[in-house]
Amino acid sequence: MMLSGWGRYPWAACHVIRPRDEDALRAALADGPAIARGNGRAYGDSAMHPRSTLDMRGFERMLDFDPGSGVLVAEAGVILGDIISTFLPRGWFPLVTPGTKFVTLGGMLAADVHGKNHHRDGSMRACVDWIEVMGPDGCVERLRPGEERFDWTLGGMGLTGLILRAAIRLQRVESGWIRQTLIPAADLDAAMEAFEAHAGARYSVAWIDCLSPAPALGRSLVMLGEHAARDELPQTHGGAPFVVPRRRALRVPMDAPAFLLSGPLIRAFNALHHARGSRAAGTRLVDWDSYFYPLDALLGWNRIYGRRGFVQFQCALPLDASRDGLSAMLRRIATAGQGAFLAVLKRFGPGEGRFSFPMEGYTLALDFPVNRRSLALLDELDRITIDHGGRFYLAKDARMSATTMRAADPRAEGFAAMRREQGLHSAFASAQSERLAL
Amino acid sequence: MTIAPVLILGGRSDIGRAVAHRFARAGHPIQLAVRNPETVAADARDIELRHGVGVSLHAFDALETAGHAAFLDTLDPLPGIAVCAVGLLGDQAESERDMAAATRVMRSNFEAPALLLGELANRFEARGSGTLVGISSVAGERGRATNYVYGSAKSGFTAFLSGLRNRLAGKGVHVVTVLPGFVRTRMTEGMDLPARLTATPEAVAEAIFRAVKKRRDSLHVLPVWALVMAVIRNIPERVFKRMRI
Repeated sequence: MMLSGWGRYPWAACHVIRPRDEDALRAALADGPAIARGNGRAYGDSAMHPRSTLDMRGFERMLDFDPGSGVLVAEAGVILGDIISTFLPRGWFPLVTPGTKFVTLGGMLAADVHGKNHHRDGSMRACVDWIEVMGPDGCVERLRPGEERFDWTLGGMGLTGLILRAAIRLQRVESGWIRQTLIPAADLDAAMEAFEAHAGARYSVAWIDCLSPAPALGRSLVMLGEHAARDELPQTHGGAPFVVPRRRALRVPMDAPAFLLSGPLIRAFNALHHARGSRAAGTRLVDWDSYFYPLDALLGWNRIYGRRGFVQFQCALPLDASRDGLSAMLRRIATAGQGAFLAVLKRFGPGEGRFSFPMEGYTLALDFPVNRRSLALLDELDRITIDHGGRFYLAKDARMSATTMRAADPRAEGFAAMRREQGLHSAFASAQSERLAL
Repeated sequence: MTIAPVLILGGRSDIGRAVAHRFARAGHPIQLAVRNPETVAADARDIELRHGVGVSLHAFDALETAGHAAFLDTLDPLPGIAVCAVGLLGDQAESERDMAAATRVMRSNFEAPALLLGELANRFEARGSGTLVGISSVAGERGRATNYVYGSAKSGFTAFLSGLRNRLAGKGVHVVTVLPGFVRTRMTEGMDLPARLTATPEAVAEAIFRAVKKRRDSLHVLPVWALVMAVIRNIPERVFKRMRI
């Protein structure tokens, strides 16, 4: 069947198998290179391979939960949103969550996802007690933090084995509400200052307007968040601290026409968003779903970029080069006028792992509709990233070249070498791993 | 009032599992009856963890009809609702050649589920309450060359359910007949099914849950199937016998 990632670019005809037990997985692996696919939320071609794509959603059971420690054992195909709806009413919330709850546990582990608390709590690996991984020979091994294969697998994009199960630690929370503080920042410097000044905040992220030119280059709304304690809730919520108003999900009914994404319209949208956000500066309570997953309420939002799809650019820059690198990128984007509804800036804490994306510094993520001009702009952004010692997030990538990857991330060569030595390259491959020569 | 336990007969099937999750979500304890309980131990734990209800496992072989009564005796308590997802699609060509294969399809889709629900019906009637749900098929509405062995057994099952409902009306026991069209399950894996006519196991489960709560008698999961089958039923036999559908 024709498959793509969440960005709907690129597409490829893939042979998809839906195994239901380990024997079926072994049989599939015996048949040549394969890649596991969860809920298809990686943006590009990370979770697809024409020859054999293994749909892991048949492995969707929760296997154990310890209400004392908050450790959940679950199969790789379990959806994050189901973990939340099951355990939040009991006072538990994932320690690390990406910007959508429609991801699978296996996908979160493979990409070693990060959340708005990366600067404090680290990436997904911070909450993992162990993972169970099927190797090329069909044997299943339990891997723990500190072990080399564990370290390669978190962030290894499914290229080191099939992640079958994991034990993850959830965090205790007193309510389903987040105390959000909104800080308008007039430009990039102000936004970065806000991040540094609020390094102690549990969650922090900024919505950044990439289209406004100097002097408002990089104007942002910095959003801080803390899990609200029960006694902070108004009386109306205090009796049922985990009950939040149900959001009505809307579905994008069709591919949007191209004019919706024209520069002036997005510029206007961004300006309006910033103005409204600035008026709402201050602190208020926001429910967990709206706070962590604002776009999940718009089902199929990937269709707003039209038939040709979109790509997301996400880089991480080292701390000492962040200011220069970000300014250079923002200037370039603002001049080009290439649009992005959603641009996100975030301060990362220290990087960990052998092949995980985050590094201490700043990360910038933004969407572009697929067309020749934006692909050219992306090449320029790649160059700026490399010049400033940054690297790219494979869960978002759909188009960079193997050369770019090598230039940005010296670890890639070691990763590819490890795969060859351990015989992993002939068992696990994605369209992305072939494009990037991993 | 305590929430009635729900017995799922054929609890390893995709529809059976989805139905178990749907009722568990509403707080019903679940009794899963399957041939080998160890094959669904992880599913049982999953249901308990997600929905916070008790799940008990029961070994039973639907085709061992002589053992039905003894199996039902082991259920404590007797369920308030029983959903029968026992069935076997089989292979039509094989059923035409091989009498044993045809027998297996007929027994799995008619004899076994009908006798089982009949036995349960007697117990529900004695108690004066209960709901029986039989998962039959649109294939039972008219025999077609491509699957009439399966279809004829489902037709018998549909008639049995209708008779049971008639007998028990006014005695506190309700009978629901479910006629799913195509469903994306292990049974239909690899088949090229038309998307508009194909439901998910979760949609079947949701339809069953609502039908039980609203005490509906008979339902198609996707309403479009009522229309499709009305057309198919009304084609004159002289024409129908030459059609390939």
